[in-house]
Amino acid sequence: MAIAMHTVALWRAAHGRTGDKGDRSNISVIAWAPELYPLVVEQITEAAIARQFAHRRPAQVTRHLLPNLHAMNVVLDGVLDGGVNDALNLDSHGKALSFLLLELPLEVPAALLPLLRGPDSQNPSGDKP
Amino acid sequence: MATPPVLRIGCAAGFSGDRTDAAGPVVDALLAAGGPAVLIFETLAERTLALAHLARRHDPAAGFEPLLDAMLQPVLARCLRGGVKIVSNFGAANPRGAALRIREMALQQGLPAPRIAVIAGDDVSGPAHRVALQRALGTALDGRDVVSANAYLGAEPIAAALKAGAQIVVGGRIADPSLTVGPALAHFGWAHGDWDRLARATMAGHLLECGTQVSGGYYADPGIKDVAGMANLGYPIAEIDEQGDCIITKPAGSGGCVDEHTVKEQLLYEVHDPAAYLTPDVVADIGAAHVHTVGTDRVRLAGVRGHARTGTLKINVCFESGWLAEGEISYAGARAEARARLAADVLRERLQTVGALRADLIGVASIFGDDDGRWLAATPCGDARDVRLRVALRHAERTSAERLVREVTALYCCGPAGGGGVRTALRPTLGTLSCLLPRDSVPASFEMID
Repeated sequence: MAIAMHTVALWRAAHGRTGDKGDRSNISVIAWAPELYPLVVEQITEAAIARQFAHRRPAQVTRHLLPNLHAMNVVLDGVLDGGVNDALNLDSHGKALSFLLLELPLEVPAALLPLLRGPDSQNPSGDKP
Repeated sequence: MATPPVLRIGCAAGFSGDRTDAAGPVVDALLAAGGPAVLIFETLAERTLALAHLARRHDPAAGFEPLLDAMLQPVLARCLRGGVKIVSNFGAANPRGAALRIREMALQQGLPAPRIAVIAGDDVSGPAHRVALQRALGTALDGRDVVSANAYLGAEPIAAALKAGAQIVVGGRIADPSLTVGPALAHFGWAHGDWDRLARATMAGHLLECGTQVSGGYYADPGIKDVAGMANLGYPIAEIDEQGDCIITKPAGSGGCVDEHTVKEQLLYEVHDPAAYLTPDVVADIGAAHVHTVGTDRVRLAGVRGHARTGTLKINVCFESGWLAEGEISYAGARAEARARLAADVLRERLQTVGALRADLIGVASIFGDDDGRWLAATPCGDARDVRLRVALRHAERTSAERLVREVTALYCCGPAGGGGVRTALRPTLGTLSCLLPRDSVPASFEMID
C-alpha cells in the first residue's frame, strides 16, 4: 500500500546555521524531531544540495552524519567567491546560506506531519514548492 | 581524594563589536553560584586582528580591543574582589597595552593593582619566522605589504599564568576555545595528553566562544524558532566538571534560551569534519557527542572524544590587497525593478574597462547570489516596487576603484527616472593566507605585570 506523502520545505522539518572559513561554507541541518531525521538523511543528499547551490559552482559537497544529534553537517567547498576577504557579496561570509539549503523540498509521510514546525502543519499542501 | 568542584566559565563577548553590557549579569550569576569562576571575552576574528595591527602602526599605544573600557569597566571591581578570573584575547595586536590600560582602570577605581599576565609568542611577523613563512607560503606573499602574521596559541600559557597567580590573563591570537581550556587545565590539573578531557573542555569553549549564539542569539525565526527577551539575551555560562563535560546555562532572569536545539546549532558552527575539530590543544571528535536537557535553560554536552594534537600551529597572514568600492541607489513605485535593472546595465557599460561588477537588487535577488551574476540573471524581471540597487567591485588601485563611486553618484542626473538615496563607500581591503608552522618553532610564554 502506498503511503501518502506530502512535499514541504526542509525548514519545516529541520533548522540550521551557516559557518565559514575561507572559501568553505558549513551548514548544519538539525531535525526538529528524531523521527524526521531519517527522511533528511535519505532525501537531502549531496547531489540535491549541489543542485541547490549550482549557481555558486561548489567544488565539492560533503555530508557528515551525526545520528546522536539527529543532525548532519554539510560542507560546501568553493561556494563563497573566495571567502570573506575576496567576495563582492554584501554577505561575504555567506551567513544567509542556511536558508537557501532549507528551501529544499522534503517528502514527509502524513503520520509525521504533526512533528513539523511552522504554520499549517495539518495542511501542508499550501506550501508545495 | 575529593572531586574538585565544577569550574564555571562565563563568556561576555563573542566578537569585537558584541554588546558591551553583557558581562554584568554573567558576573552576578558567577558570584551568586560561588565556587571557582572565570569570565572570558572572545573578541578576535582574522580581520579584527589585522585592523588592530593597522591601528598600532598609527599609534604604538593602540592595537588592543577598542571597546576594552566599555566591556570591562562595569565588572572589573566585582571580579577582582570576588575572585573571578578574567581571560581574554582582547589584547589583539598589543596585549601589553591592554594590560597596562586594565591596570590603570583598576587603580582609577581605587583597587589594588591586579596581577595581570600578558601572553606572548603569537606574533610571527618578525625576522625570526620570515624564512619559515616564505617556505610555507611559497611565492604567495611576494610583493605584498604584510600587515600581520599570527599563530593560534593554545591553552598552556593561560594555564601556566593562572597557576602562577594571575587574576587577569591578556593575550592576542589565542584560539577561541583555548580561552576555556586554559582555565580548566589550571583548575583540574589534567595530565598532558589527556586528550578526552581536553577535547571535552575544548567543545565547552566552542559552545561559549560566540557568546549568545548558544543561548538564543542568532537563532530566532518568528513562528518557527521563537526566542523571548532578545533585547536582554543572557550570555552563556559553562559548568565544567572534572571529566571536562559541561552543562551550558545562562544567568537567571536573562532573556534568550538554552535548549538542545540552540546547543546543537552552535556545536556544529564552523565545524567541518565532526570527527576532527583541530585546535592547538587537541583534535576533538564530536561524532558520538550528545546533548540532553537537564533543567530549565540547562543542557548537558557529553560523549566528546579526543585525539592527540597535531605537531603544527595554524598561522594567519594578513596583507593589504587593494580597494573595495560599493554604491547603492533606490527605486520605488511603478516599474521600480525595471528601472533598477536598467541602472545596473548602465553601470556595467560605463565600468566595463575597470573590472567585473557585481550587481544586487535588494528586495529581489541579492545575498543568495554569486559574484558572477548567474543567480540574478536567472531571476526574471518582476514587479518589485521598492528596490535598492547595490553594486561593488574590487581593484588594486584606488583611483580605478573610485570610478564606481563616481558613476553611481552620476546616476542622480544620468540614470533612470526617480533614483534616490545614493550612498557610496570606498575602503582598503585586507587579504589573508593561512599556513602551518611546526609547534616547536612558535614558543609561547607569559609575563606578569603587577
